[in-house]
Amino acid sequence: MKRALIQVRDLVTQFGERVIHDGVNLTIYEGEIYGILGGSGSGKTTILRELITLQHPKSGKIEVLGQDISKAPHEAMRKLRNKWGVLFQFGALFTSLTIGENIAVKLKEYTRISDSLIKDIIATKLEMVGLDLSVASLYPSELSGGMIKRAALARALAMDPRLLFLDEPTSGLDPISAEQFDNLIVQLKNLLRLTIVMVTHDIDSIFSVVDRMAVLGDKKVVAEGSINEVAQTDHPFIRQFFGGNRAMIRRKHGK
Amino acid sequence: MGSKFVRDESTFVETSEDSASLRLFLSGEWTLQNLPDIESSLKSVKALKHPAKKIELDVSGISLIDTAGMILFVQTRNDLRKKIRKQNVVVRGVRANSEFSKMFRLVYRHMKGEALPEVHQRHPFIAFFEHIGRRFFEALDSMLLFFDFIGRTYAALWRDLTHFSFRIREISNLVKKTGVSSLPIIGVTTFLIGVVIAFQSAVQLQQYGANIFIVEIVSIAIARELSPIITSIVVAGRSGSAFTAQLGAMKITEELDAMTVMGFDIFQFLILPRTLALIIVLPLLIFFGDIVGIFGGMLVAKFQLGITPMSFVERLHKVFAMRHFYAGLIKGPFFAATIAAIGCFRGLQVTRDTESIGRQTTFSVVNSIFMVIIIDAVFSIIFTELGI
Repeated sequence: MKRALIQVRDLVTQFGERVIHDGVNLTIYEGEIYGILGGSGSGKTTILRELITLQHPKSGKIEVLGQDISKAPHEAMRKLRNKWGVLFQFGALFTSLTIGENIAVKLKEYTRISDSLIKDIIATKLEMVGLDLSVASLYPSELSGGMIKRAALARALAMDPRLLFLDEPTSGLDPISAEQFDNLIVQLKNLLRLTIVMVTHDIDSIFSVVDRMAVLGDKKVVAEGSINEVAQTDHPFIRQFFGGNRAMIRRKHGK
Repeated sequence: MGSKFVRDESTFVETSEDSASLRLFLSGEWTLQNLPDIESSLKSVKALKHPAKKIELDVSGISLIDTAGMILFVQTRNDLRKKIRKQNVVVRGVRANSEFSKMFRLVYRHMKGEALPEVHQRHPFIAFFEHIGRRFFEALDSMLLFFDFIGRTYAALWRDLTHFSFRIREISNLVKKTGVSSLPIIGVTTFLIGVVIAFQSAVQLQQYGANIFIVEIVSIAIARELSPIITSIVVAGRSGSAFTAQLGAMKITEELDAMTVMGFDIFQFLILPRTLALIIVLPLLIFFGDIVGIFGGMLVAKFQLGITPMSFVERLHKVFAMRHFYAGLIKGPFFAATIAAIGCFRGLQVTRDTESIGRQTTFSVVNSIFMVIIIDAVFSIIFTELGI
């Protein structure tokens, strides 16, 4: 039996009067790539932000790596935060640090490894995400959007996390880079035994990368499971999403 | 081969040596949190100047390895390979398709053995001059850009004048924000300045029995110099910096670009209204400062020198020529235009990094206060020459 790494139970989120989630349940198992899907405004990013403790739900329980994150003491949270990496939608690199320093910032703060090893780690992670080593000494303002995304992924991977949260990882990338990025994610997942939670709209990513997914709609999870399970659910959003031209082409040609 | 090794959970590197070869038995979890310990146990290996002819790295004991651990492993192996002949560094205990070999392939593919490019360090002596030169040209650039900015502002003013399309609503909104809301702080500062000036002069005047001259001293000092300067400094700190931060944030979020492509000229829509609002507001604030400052002096005159408010006002009426009042007031629009121009200009100079907002806001306040004082000096020379 696979182990559940993240469990969300009866989650309710409210912004003022507006209810975003009303009883959301999710289970994310170890070693899978889990997609969170939904239309605009369905609260995909909000769920992600709640999982990484940037936002607090009104009620409900969220367990990450066996830790109830609404009750965890400071020290436990610090340890937990070292076990995950987060890729924000627009990178969120620190603009006052170079790319190299951005990647190294947690290594320098939380470990006592030597500078030469840190340099090799920076170089390897840059290479892994397909960036040139000369990028290390540049500042984020000198990079393009796609490069920022890759650099941010390198930073998220710097600490060899067990859990990786990706907020729309392929948005803003050209199709070729997006495919490379997807391949990279799968490869890293297999090799690093990562569990990946991603918010995405990208049809290609959903078909080629995601193992299981949750589709948000009507403030709830309308379907959860593998692509075939989800596609069979009869819900307007799912019909629209998987019935669209782009998805039809994908389905004809298989995964 | 393992019998002679004493396996210990906390050791990651065991060495055994015979005449022909050096064996390193690597074990445990080679993950990031253990790396500092692994690195220190590898130190002795790294320190070897002339290692044995043959080195064997046995990795069969490694139970878990992450990318950082593998990077260290590859780094160590490459290090050893540099010291003795490549073929004599042998890695043993790798099972095909094991975690280790997968991880090795992943990491090795991405470790080209190139070091990160070093940032080029210059000789400090040369760096010093380079710094000066760079600063000079930066200042020159920024001056040219400022002239460009002034020109564009005038062009926008001309367009507004010819089309008579001032953005009245925006301007009145800004008048409220920069003027009405700053009345309390300007009231307090000018009041205190009036009190302080009056106190300082009261002590001196009492010695000569010239008490009544406090009226001249306070009213002229406040109206000509102190109220305009103090008010401008407060406005530069309060509104000039706000202009910089606002425009800077709009630049970072690309709102300015969005406005430009929608055909909204930012000079007409943002910069001119701010400049005009401040030009309207500052003389009024100076006038307000005059009244509050002189009132502060009057209170001191009453309590310190025993001059009643009645006789203070009477004396003020007799000796205070209106030219003093106008001399203070006329500076207002000039100070205002300077503060607004510098504030907006600095806002547009903000680049995409977050640090630059802070830097430009500091520049904005420092530059505008400096310029206000310079312009004030110029005015006082002009007034002296003209005998005003």
